[in-house]
Amino acid sequence: MTLTVITGGRLVDATRPAPSLDVLQGAADAMTADPAHTLDVVVDDATAAVVAVGAGLAAAHPDARLLDAGGCLVVPALVDLGAHLGQPGFEQAETIETASRAAALGGYGAVVALPDTDPCTDSAAVVAELRALAKAALCEIVPAGALTHGRDGVVLGPMGELADLGVRLFTDAPRCVQDGGVVRRALEYAAGVAEATGAPLVVAQRCRADDLAGRSVMHEGPWSARLGLPGQPALAEELIVTREIALARLTGGRVHLQQLSTAGSVALVRAAKAEGLRVTADVAPAHLVLTDADCAGFDPNLKLDPPLRTAADVAALRAGLADGTIDAVATGHRPCPRDAKELPFDQAPPGSIGLETALAVLLTLSCDGSATDGAGELPLGAILAALSWQPAAVAGLRDRHGGPIEPGRAANLAVVDPAARWRFEAASSASRATNSCFDGRRLTGRVRHTVVAGEPVVIDGEAQR
Amino acid sequence: MRHLLSTEDLSPADLADLLDLTANFAEIQNRDIKKVPALRGKTVVMAFFEDSTRTRTSFDLAARRLSADVVTFSAGSSSVKKGESLRDTVETISAMGVDAIVVRHASSGVPRRLTEWTDAAVINAGDGWHQHPTQALLDCYTIQQRFGSLEGRRIAICGDVNHSRVARSDIDAFTKLGADVVLVGPRTLLPPSLEGWPVKVEADLDSVLGDLDVVYLLRIQQERLGSALLPSLREYRARYGLTRQRLDRLRPDALVMHPGPMNRGVEIDPEAADDERAVVLDQVAAGVPVRMAVLYRVIGTGQFELDPEEEA
Repeated sequence: MTLTVITGGRLVDATRPAPSLDVLQGAADAMTADPAHTLDVVVDDATAAVVAVGAGLAAAHPDARLLDAGGCLVVPALVDLGAHLGQPGFEQAETIETASRAAALGGYGAVVALPDTDPCTDSAAVVAELRALAKAALCEIVPAGALTHGRDGVVLGPMGELADLGVRLFTDAPRCVQDGGVVRRALEYAAGVAEATGAPLVVAQRCRADDLAGRSVMHEGPWSARLGLPGQPALAEELIVTREIALARLTGGRVHLQQLSTAGSVALVRAAKAEGLRVTADVAPAHLVLTDADCAGFDPNLKLDPPLRTAADVAALRAGLADGTIDAVATGHRPCPRDAKELPFDQAPPGSIGLETALAVLLTLSCDGSATDGAGELPLGAILAALSWQPAAVAGLRDRHGGPIEPGRAANLAVVDPAARWRFEAASSASRATNSCFDGRRLTGRVRHTVVAGEPVVIDGEAQR
Repeated sequence: MRHLLSTEDLSPADLADLLDLTANFAEIQNRDIKKVPALRGKTVVMAFFEDSTRTRTSFDLAARRLSADVVTFSAGSSSVKKGESLRDTVETISAMGVDAIVVRHASSGVPRRLTEWTDAAVINAGDGWHQHPTQALLDCYTIQQRFGSLEGRRIAICGDVNHSRVARSDIDAFTKLGADVVLVGPRTLLPPSLEGWPVKVEADLDSVLGDLDVVYLLRIQQERLGSALLPSLREYRARYGLTRQRLDRLRPDALVMHPGPMNRGVEIDPEAADDERAVVLDQVAAGVPVRMAVLYRVIGTGQFELDPEEEA
C-alpha cells in the first residue's frame, strides 16, 4: 500500500463549483491566497480509492508521497467518450499503451476505445483482447462495442453478450449506420438488454448520411468552392441527427450523438432535450476552435471527420456546450501513420490525435478564446463537466469516474495548472502518431499530475511508465 | 516571385508585368532562332502526376527556349502511383538539385504542399479543381492581344465551373484586370457557394450571348453524367452548347475560347470551333511565351536578356 497526498489544490467536481474566469486567469495567486478553497486529498493505490479530503493532511501522512497542487485545480480525471487506439490491427499508427500515455498526460482516467479495430470489437474475444492489452495502459481503457456485426451496418452486434462483459456503449464509429431500420432495431434491442440486465446501454452514432456526404473531403461552403475540393453539406450530418432523435422518440431508446459539428445539429439536440428525449451529444475540441478556413493551406492534419465547419457553427457548438445542450467533449483521437498524412489533402485519411491537448485547448479557449473571437463565453465549470463527470455518466462509469472527490470514491484525479503556458509539438507527443490539428499551437493550462486508481501515472507533466 | 501557385497570389500589377514580359517573349517566337540564354545552367523538372500533353509540351518548350535543362518526370513512366507519399517523391526530385518544379496533379493543393518540402521554386501547372494559373495568363494574353485590354470586357464562362481549375484561375485573373465575368451553366455544375466571388450567374446562355466580348466554353466530361449532375450530353448541348444557331447571334468581333481539348458536338459545335472568332489556337500559341515569362520571373536572375543563344 502506497499513499499519495495531493496538497494544496483547489477542488472542483460536480458538487464543488468552479472558480470564475477571473480567478482562473490570475490563477496561482487568487487560489492559493484563500486557504478556505484549498484542500489536500489522500489516495491509496492498494484500494484505488480516496482515503481522506481535508486541510493539512500532509502532516498526518509523513510516509506518503506528496504531489504539489499549489495554484492548481484538482478535478476528477477526464473521461473520453471516443478514441481510436490503433489496437488490435493498426499498430503502425498507435498502440493502447502509447495512446494511454498521451491520455494520462492529458489528464484522462478513462478512454472509451472505439470499435474500428481489426478485428473490430464485435465479439467477446476482442473485448478480452482489449482488456489484456489494456494491462499495459496508464489509464482505464473502456471497450465500446460495434453496433453491427463487422460494423457492416446490417446485422446487429452481440449487444447482450458484450453487455455481460461490461460494455455499455455501442457504435460503428467512425462509420454511421445508414439504414434507419437497423438503428431502430438496435435501440429496441438495447432497451431490452438494459431492462433485463440493469446495464445502462447507449446506442451512439457518428451522424453522416453517406449519400449526401458523397466523396467530400471538407465542409461544403465558400472555402470548398474556392479550394476546389468536394464539400460535405451540413445537411449530411443534420439529416441523421434528425433521424436519430425521431428514433429516440419512437423507441424510447437511449441515443448518444458523437462528434457533432454543425449549428443545425445543436439546435436539433436542444429541442430534443427540451422535449425530454433521452438524447446526449458530444463535440470534438477541434470543432470548438477551428473552421473550414483553416483548410486553406491544404494541410491534411486539418482534414477531419466530420469536417471543420464555419465560424457560425463553432459559435453554436460553444453555446451548446455552455448551456448543457452538448454533454461532453470527446477527442475522437484518430492516429494516422505519418505517410498517410503526406498524401494530397483529398487522398489523406481524416482525423487528428487529441488526447494530450483536449483540456488545454478548451482552457485556452476559456481564457482568451471568447475574448478575442467573440464566439461566446465558455465557463470553466462547463468545460470540466464536459470533460469529466458528464461523459462519465454517458459511458456508465460514474461508479468509478467523474467524482465527486470524497473519501471512499475511486481515486481517479487530474491536477491541472490553469495558468501554465506551453506549446504543443506533435512530434514530441506521447502518442505514436503525430497527426495533430493543433501542432505548434500555444496553449494555456496544462495537466501537472494524473492519478489513476490511486497510482500517480503522471507527476509534474512526466508519465511515470 | 518565389513560386506560382495560384492567380489569387498575383496582384493586378503582377499580372500586368507577366503579360508585358509575355509580349517580349512572344516577339522571340517570331525569330529564326527562338532560344535565349536567360535560364542557362538552370534545371527545371516537369513533374506531371496527371496526364497532360499540351501543358507539358508548352512548359517544356518554354524552358528549353530559355536554355534551361529540362527533366520530365511523369507518373505513367515512374513508380508514382496513387498512395505513394508525395513528400518522398518530391524530396527525391529536389535532392537531385533542381531550380524549379513544374507540377500537375489531380489533387487540389499539391503544389502548395510541395513548397513545404523543397527549396526549388514550384510552378502550378494545374491542380485538381483548384488552379491553373498559366492557363489564366495565356487566356488574358489572348484577350488582351485582341482587345488591347480586359477592362470592361464582358466575358461569359460557360459550363462545368465547379470541376474546373481553369475557371477558378480565369475568374480571378479576368476580374483583377477589370473584366465583367458571368458564369453560365446548370446549377449542378456551378460551385456550391459563390460567396465572395466577383461574378454574376446566369442560367440562360441565350439571354447574355448577344452582349458578350468573350464566350469561354469549358470542357464537359462524360463522367459528370454518372453523378447525377446532368441528364445527358444532348440536353447540355441544347441548353448550353455553342451551336451554330447561337454562333450566329454572337457579335462579329466576339471571341470564342476553350482551354482544350474540345468536345465537338457537346459544348461546342464543329462550326463554332472552326469559326474565325474561335481563338483556341491563339491560346495554345500564347502558352509558350506565357510560360517563358513565368519561368523567368520565378528562377531567372539578373537582367532580362533578349539576345539569341550563342551556342551552336
